[in-house]
Amino acid sequence: MPQQETADSNITYHTFDVLIVGAGGAGMRAAIEAGADAKVGVISKLFPTRSHTGAAQGGMAAALANVEEDSWEWHTFDTVKGGDYLVDQDAAEILAKESVQAVIDLENMGLPFNRTPEGKIDQRRFGGHTRDHGKAPVRRSCYAADRTGHMILQTLYQNCVKLGIDFYNEFYVLDLVMNDGKPAGVVAYELATGDIHVFSSKSIVFATGGFGKIYKTTSNAHTLTGDGVAIAFRRGIPLEDMEFYQFHPTGLAGLGILLSEAARGEGGILRNASGERFMERYAPTIKDLAPRDMVARAMANEVREGRGAGPNKDYVLLDLTHLEPAVIDAKLPDITEFARTYLGVEPYTEPVPVFPTAHYAMGGIPTNIKAEVLSDNDTVIPGLYAAGECACVSVHGANRLGTNSLLDINVFGKRAGQYSVEYAKTAKQVPMPANAADDVIAMIEKVRKSKGKEKIAQLRKELQDSMDKNAQVFRTEETLQEAIEKIQELRGRYENIAIQDQGKRFNTDLLEAIELGFLLDLAEVTVVACRERRESRGAHLREDYPDRDDKKFMVHSMVYQQDKVQKKTGTNMKIGWKPVVVTNYQPMERKY
Amino acid sequence: MANAAAPVIDSFTVTLIIRRFNPEVDSEPKWVDYDVEMYGTDRVLDALHKIKWEQDGSLTFRRSCAHGVCGSDAMRINGRNRLACKTLIKDLDISQPIYVEPIKGLPVEKDLIVDMNPFYQAYKDINPFLIASDKPTKERLQSPEDRARYDDTTKCILCAACTTSCPVFWTDGQYFGPAAIVNAHRFIFDSRDEGAELRIDILNDKEGVWRCRTTFNCTEACPRGIEVTKAIAEVKQAILRGRA
Repeated sequence: MPQQETADSNITYHTFDVLIVGAGGAGMRAAIEAGADAKVGVISKLFPTRSHTGAAQGGMAAALANVEEDSWEWHTFDTVKGGDYLVDQDAAEILAKESVQAVIDLENMGLPFNRTPEGKIDQRRFGGHTRDHGKAPVRRSCYAADRTGHMILQTLYQNCVKLGIDFYNEFYVLDLVMNDGKPAGVVAYELATGDIHVFSSKSIVFATGGFGKIYKTTSNAHTLTGDGVAIAFRRGIPLEDMEFYQFHPTGLAGLGILLSEAARGEGGILRNASGERFMERYAPTIKDLAPRDMVARAMANEVREGRGAGPNKDYVLLDLTHLEPAVIDAKLPDITEFARTYLGVEPYTEPVPVFPTAHYAMGGIPTNIKAEVLSDNDTVIPGLYAAGECACVSVHGANRLGTNSLLDINVFGKRAGQYSVEYAKTAKQVPMPANAADDVIAMIEKVRKSKGKEKIAQLRKELQDSMDKNAQVFRTEETLQEAIEKIQELRGRYENIAIQDQGKRFNTDLLEAIELGFLLDLAEVTVVACRERRESRGAHLREDYPDRDDKKFMVHSMVYQQDKVQKKTGTNMKIGWKPVVVTNYQPMERKY
Repeated sequence: MANAAAPVIDSFTVTLIIRRFNPEVDSEPKWVDYDVEMYGTDRVLDALHKIKWEQDGSLTFRRSCAHGVCGSDAMRINGRNRLACKTLIKDLDISQPIYVEPIKGLPVEKDLIVDMNPFYQAYKDINPFLIASDKPTKERLQSPEDRARYDDTTKCILCAACTTSCPVFWTDGQYFGPAAIVNAHRFIFDSRDEGAELRIDILNDKEGVWRCRTTFNCTEACPRGIEVTKAIAEVKQAILRGRA
């Protein structure tokens, strides 16, 4: 019965000037910017305040200089150096320059930042943010306790309510419709009913977030399956710098739940089994506040060399016991509760077991500084925009600094809103092909009718296990080859899946199967890019190529999907390279 | 390979009895039993996933972040509203089956999923955004004391655990409910906001704060530890005496 219903189901058509896919920080910031002047729609697989921006904790960087001397130029330098010189420096300048206004925008919208005694927005230290080009840590992170992301998400949603923005919640965008190389709109699946919706729009903004679920141990939500990034890739858009995936140093051991870097910004110390403050050996100047790639690597190295803590010596310890409980309660209430709830550890008196957790994709859909999506190294796809974690502009390069992602979504989300609405004012709607929904309907029906033997959860688990084993902090040609072979095996088995729910209402069984398809694509792109970059830079550590190689690899990777298997990669993916934009900062050795 | 000194943690079988309803095929809800092998440190959400992934893919529930910040998975667990991702198996009485059902007072859509729209509408009705007539060009100032005044109610994640634990809301779906009042409180007591009067007028309605019978269910249910009943009482006070 349900099968027939879908074949006959009505398709609903919608038309917008600006259509935003994703209702996290970047999507809603774009909506607010575009909202006043145009017919704006936002499509989200979740109710907006469920988006993962809400899980961000520590803060948002901006050189307000409210508590000590600071400048946007220092912030730019830190961002470039933190990204191991793979950052596009024109984009980093914009990020740092526009950060101050981005924070003021949020304050004016109502965001309850923590305050200084004078009533100004308070600021605290964070990894890799320094005074005067690395001399000492600087207080640059604007924050609201350890729920800054929650407050940003709430504030942006509140302002969308105020503006009466049109939301389509629990709609899964499953395809980007391109007509003769130009974007016409998207096709979405409505969770509640199983109905198909076709959205035409002059401008389309992708703000679909990350894809941490390619890994097993991750701080990411279950819903972060990279749908938007994979859809773009399937429609011929390349993906940039996918080998650069950030492992956040302090995930709760065994669980991956994030404990903010703010814990170290407020004075927390990492220790190994013997109690040694091991970061003194790895980053003598700024120690525990070194950038995330360096700290994560140091932690993994301590464990590998037998200095891990715990019965299996497989984690290190985050020590907050020397901080006043009142400080912990005021500035780190949520993360200390996570330690109590999930590990039964009391951070006032006991150190917290932590280990790196897959956290953030530096790479993604290539864009320029106007948030326009690129179809190759420099060709703009008119009317298509991307911002936030799904995009690669690239302000994070090979390693993102903490607090620069909440900044990124606000600066480039705002820009995506501005430029998309400006474009929509004069652009003509690209005609929506009559058969626009056919591919999505076929994909859904194939999954719905699947009667194979493989369970989705089993395939997903094997993918995540392989990615954790082969493409985590340490990587080699052999491990990456193993991962590629595993992914290809899983692709074969994916053709033989079965789902149990054949219904139309809230069919999350079906959607998990479709999401796994996206994860397989993105894992493969990630691993192919990892293998082709035969050097070590930022978050990407090749043990067989341990040094940074600026001669060969001071370039962004660009992975394209091809119809045929490529000789060089052994997959249907082609790799290209794109120059890095350098303005003021020539690559130097990266020491902290 | 396990270290010799590593403690062996035993798993055990837990029975979950879940209230299921799929209006596509069921005429009324039914309770269905599932046995799953779990560890004490697992969350109820892990048990639901295990059932969905290994036994019955049609079991349906909302979830996202899995650590208590997104507010997707509020449900009634052993008769109490909780987030499934914040409820550890070991903190329940595992000698008994674990009963799981949807939150009460909102229409059930399928299994543990309810129609949240009436809840969101009540939230929207209190004007949940800063109302200010000034047009600042830089940050507004706010003292740490003024900022602290409304800190507690900024923690709300709109999970609906409070509103759907409220006996008044169960019998009168028109009542704004605790979550909407919490979000009104967040603005009424923000020194930058000028919309207190408007919100107070809205909540002085017959479906507003005066319906609260001070049963404290909401405070007990809040997974963020917000003192919900206190916030409601403060809004009542603000109506009687003005914002203090």
